[in-house]
Amino acid sequence: MLSDFILSGSLFSEPLLSEYETAALLLSLKVSAVAVLASLPLGILCAWLLARVEFHGKAIFDSLLHLPLVLPPVVVGYLLLISMGRQGIIGQWLYNWFGLSFSFSWRGAALAAAVVSFPLMVRAIRQSFETVDIRLEQAARTLGSSRWRVFLTITLPLTSPGIVSGMIIAFARSLGEFGSTITFVSNIPGETRTIPLAMYSFIETPGAEYEAMRLCIISIVIALASLLASQWLTKKALKRTASVC
Amino acid sequence: MLNINIEKQLGQLQLKVNTQLPLQGVTAVFGRSGAGKTSLVNLLGGLTTPDKGEISLGDTLLFRHKTVNLPPEKRRIGYVFQEARLFPHYSVKGNLTYGMRHKAPELFDKVVSLLGIEKLLSRYPSTLSGGEKQRVAIGRALLTSPQMLLMDEPLASLDLPRKRELLPYLQTLAQELKLPIIYVSHSLDEILQLADHMLVLHQGQIIAQGPLTDVWNSEQMRPWVPLQELSSLICARIADSHPDYPMTRLVMDDGNQLWVSGLSPQNHKQVKVRIQANHVSVCTAEPKRSSIRNVLKGKIKELYPSDNGEQVQLKIALGNDELWANITLWACDELQLVAGKEIYAQIKGVTMTQMDIAQSH
Repeated sequence: MLSDFILSGSLFSEPLLSEYETAALLLSLKVSAVAVLASLPLGILCAWLLARVEFHGKAIFDSLLHLPLVLPPVVVGYLLLISMGRQGIIGQWLYNWFGLSFSFSWRGAALAAAVVSFPLMVRAIRQSFETVDIRLEQAARTLGSSRWRVFLTITLPLTSPGIVSGMIIAFARSLGEFGSTITFVSNIPGETRTIPLAMYSFIETPGAEYEAMRLCIISIVIALASLLASQWLTKKALKRTASVC
Repeated sequence: MLNINIEKQLGQLQLKVNTQLPLQGVTAVFGRSGAGKTSLVNLLGGLTTPDKGEISLGDTLLFRHKTVNLPPEKRRIGYVFQEARLFPHYSVKGNLTYGMRHKAPELFDKVVSLLGIEKLLSRYPSTLSGGEKQRVAIGRALLTSPQMLLMDEPLASLDLPRKRELLPYLQTLAQELKLPIIYVSHSLDEILQLADHMLVLHQGQIIAQGPLTDVWNSEQMRPWVPLQELSSLICARIADSHPDYPMTRLVMDDGNQLWVSGLSPQNHKQVKVRIQANHVSVCTAEPKRSSIRNVLKGKIKELYPSDNGEQVQLKIALGNDELWANITLWACDELQLVAGKEIYAQIKGVTMTQMDIAQSH
């Protein structure tokens, strides 16, 4: 497994990453991946609404959606705490009916990451929806396809470059989420202590500059890797869909 | 019959169409750009909704104000757009089969060979030429087994060689498939080669409609074509070819003969011949020893002075057929031409080319 490989560090006699670094790294990856995948369907829906549908209050909807982008993360964390916490308005209901709790758990960290990265994801997908040629969708309708089939077979595949880049931007943003996470679900090792939170703990601890620096480098490596992956995937998706016909 | 009785406000243009179109052969919708041609076929295809009225195709009610509005996917009407609109993420084969309701390998093979696209099946649209794309688009529409096919200037976005390449496919299509086609065009060349019926739209209204030759020769058409392009359509039957020269003899309904070049003599086929008004001259006595091979006896039906007063357009009756001639006012006065006068119309055989002769079907 990945953790075994990293711990054993086949290239070095010493393990490449220490145990707490591995834990923080894997937690960060898990939280971000869950945040992105869980918010993707809603992100596609919101992007589609903004790109294609005219409705009353669209400007307000658009602004609300962008709010997490401009609000201080601590405010987002606080709002999550009072709404989604065990005692929160929605959180209470979720716990009573489904036994689902976000407080002090990695699920809460994923929720915080999803909320903060959501506007970035929607923006990327929305732009992509706007570039899809509506005339192709019309052509598909005249070929006997229902709206739903047109969406699945024409619109969505042609939007895939935007969906990929939106997912990766959201993933990168989730990896870096700090303020709302620490406010909402605190800083619990192995549960909510992602890389930024672990780094913060080391900076607060006197004499742990070396550990903080190592986490800093890990962060840079992941960020770079995801940006490169994003470029590669987008290029690949564009190659399939870009040509105008 | 395709019954259309609709109104639609489109910006400045008020589209108001009330007509019945035959469900056989090719009906050309002719008009200048902005006349509402594309808007009309979009309404038929269900891509836009009329403000009021009714559309029905055979027994199927497609639209009735406030009660019925079948979505495009339920209308069973194929649509070939001006731009091919192929799906870039599907192969040619994927595009072709996209709208097929069930597997029909025989139909697939037939359409593919009719359009000559066998070798393109595994390619992607971005690698095709304009003419190839349009052929695939036509095939894609045909494979949905539509009850009617709409074609909105399918040749307009192509250059002349591509047009020449595609036109024969459209001709075969119109003949082979028993499928009514509504063909939007502003090119009389295309209409001559393809259409059986014609509908002329001007500023959202129908100004002429009927069998191709009737509409083509009608007075209503005269204002819509430039004077230099005024022409008539004559129906004739291929009789035989000259024993010594590569000329073919056509016989018209009234017995008049027409010699044309460059036509392979097929047995007694009906053809339509386009004769430019500028290529017709008239004599009051039968000309002897002239280089002109085609001398047709007829009677002047009506005279229309041109707007600038320099020329006169004569409408000459040749039995049931009609022929436009464009002459100067001076000649008209000198020959004392009046309606009812018997004359001889002369047409130079070399002025009629392949593009002027179309098979009737």
